[in-house]
Amino acid sequence: MAKVLMNGNSAIGEAAIRAGCQCYFGYPITPQNELTEYMAANLSRRSGCSFIQAESEISAINMVFGASVVGARAMTSSSSPGISLKQEGISYLAACELPAVIVNMSRGGPGLGSIAASQSDYFQATRGGGHGDYRTIVLAPSSVQELADLTHRAFDLADAYRIPVVVLGDGMLGQMMEPVEYAHEAPETLQVRSDALRGARGRPSRIVKTFTSNPADLERINWSLFRRYRLIAERETSFDTFLVDDAELVVVAFGIAARIARGAVKTVRAAGLRVGLLRPITLWPFPADVVRDSARKVKHFLVFEMNMGQMLEDVKLSLEGAAEVAFYGRPGGVIPTPSEIARVITRLYYQNGLRVDR
Amino acid sequence: MSEVRAKGRIEIDRELCKGCELCISFCPRNVISVSDRLNASGYLPAVFNDDGECTGCAICALVCPEVAIEVYRG
Amino acid sequence: MRKVYTRPALLKRAVFHYCPGCGHSIVHRLIAEVLAEMKLGDRAIGIPPPGCSVFAYDYLDVDMAESAHGRGAAVATGIKRAYPEAVVFTYQGDGDLAAIGTAETIHAANRGENITAIFINNAVYGMTGGQMAPTTLSQQTTTTTPYGRDTRLEGYPVRMSEIVAMVKGAAYVERVAVNSPANIRKTKRAIRKAFQTQLDGLGFALVEILSPCPTNWKMTPLESWQWVDKVMAVEFPLGVIKDVTGGEGAA
Repeated sequence: MAKVLMNGNSAIGEAAIRAGCQCYFGYPITPQNELTEYMAANLSRRSGCSFIQAESEISAINMVFGASVVGARAMTSSSSPGISLKQEGISYLAACELPAVIVNMSRGGPGLGSIAASQSDYFQATRGGGHGDYRTIVLAPSSVQELADLTHRAFDLADAYRIPVVVLGDGMLGQMMEPVEYAHEAPETLQVRSDALRGARGRPSRIVKTFTSNPADLERINWSLFRRYRLIAERETSFDTFLVDDAELVVVAFGIAARIARGAVKTVRAAGLRVGLLRPITLWPFPADVVRDSARKVKHFLVFEMNMGQMLEDVKLSLEGAAEVAFYGRPGGVIPTPSEIARVITRLYYQNGLRVDR
Repeated sequence: MSEVRAKGRIEIDRELCKGCELCISFCPRNVISVSDRLNASGYLPAVFNDDGECTGCAICALVCPEVAIEVYRG
Repeated sequence: MRKVYTRPALLKRAVFHYCPGCGHSIVHRLIAEVLAEMKLGDRAIGIPPPGCSVFAYDYLDVDMAESAHGRGAAVATGIKRAYPEAVVFTYQGDGDLAAIGTAETIHAANRGENITAIFINNAVYGMTGGQMAPTTLSQQTTTTTPYGRDTRLEGYPVRMSEIVAMVKGAAYVERVAVNSPANIRKTKRAIRKAFQTQLDGLGFALVEILSPCPTNWKMTPLESWQWVDKVMAVEFPLGVIKDVTGGEGAA
């Protein structure tokens, strides 16, 4: 099909509809309102589908829980403070092994913060975010096309592994307008997940719950969840690389920061610096093996993110001391330019005496 | 003392009973009393006195929180 | 003689964990009877709350899905919108529906969601050990109002049914009690009507049930059942608060 020019937020909505999203429950918050509005205009018109502007982000995530219980593909979206509100609901989804898609177009924090793009929800997204031991798959798109592709993938992963999936975008990606191509048509009929609760017709009644008065039962559930997480890590880890094969220094960045870093890498390559870019696409599961393996040849990493150093910890954990890790971060919603990052890379490169091609 | 056959009869599951005595309070015919034998849960359960006065009105079963009473009538 | 009263089919054979004289198991039994009589057992999806009745799924033999505290009306909304054929009901305590769940309850009612809310009002937070509830009465002693609820500091008992009745999407709201044979029969009729409202697609149905809590009120079962009449029902009047369904009344 032809490419269309869309803003990121709307592209998420279109992709979700084409993925067979049946229910969207959300609440307005800058900078993701185009997504909520897109669903209001387009999802509500589809037969069997529901759009609700809920009374709060908390209510919205709980509506998603309900829709997922009965087997519907359901999603919600918000931005950082609203995602904080959803954490209890996400913990419940994870505990009950219910699929759901949660889109976070993150903004500056903490607190009410700013409405500009930021990446300071990395910890929140990748460490569960809510209470208890659990994980959600976290997908970090870097372009409008990827917003569309990863939104579709989010629904498939959520259903396949019975797990909530977070699409971690940001305010800039949401507002950017880029050409996007959709690989799928919206389905004619909406699927019902096979293990859904649909009333105890012809079978014993079933319970979807997490609470137990027996800690030993809960321990078993925790181990079971983590066996599944290990499986997801083995199968679904995803990343992208740019010019890493002969790199002396590798920039590690995700999302919008990776877009900026890519421009910076091109600039410094033109000046003879052997710099590459490693872009995790799944933030959870984090491509730890890839990072660790690259340390056989690369001894210098620069983690660049728009926060105070969050993915930095995962990079360090992955390397286990096998290489030097530097960090450059800008929090609060400030968007650095590629030339700024190029200067940072250049300084670090020379200060470490790395080889320059003339 | 009545010559007429009882109109009703109840069966109390003494192990389900928690001795709340609400059936006793609401029974209009006073045919239920407290047992003097503990059940396995440590309660003194209600016990039916089949002296012919029960009408099978089922008020006891209606108020019993434990669904411990079955009622027969006729 | 023939058996005229027995355990309803949709009530599992389990020993209730509730205290002697508690109203929960009576309401569970009535729900089981109504769902069976209306032949809704295989379409029903119930949503129990955190609270003493978190184990409702051990007793009611229908599909059930847990909800986070207070969010039952939102979970029910998601279920009903995604699968309208379900007959969905929430079962909520006074904190769940009228404190933490106030927004969800009022807005689900406002949207006229075709769900049935069973609201157990026992004027106290039972499972957590007897703290003040929104429906705790003025001067009532609880573990967080050890000197009695002072309305100047702690507000007034909340008449949630009256509040919900004010939103247009609420179709049927009635307050009943389970502290006497007559009231238990009325409660059953109200529950039936609340499910019928859902079947008829008329909007949000709420049945508030005054329920005894002997343990946290520190009374005998009989005293607690009397307290519902003597004290609670004065603050929370029984009866139909709203009925736009056009059907038969429960009372």
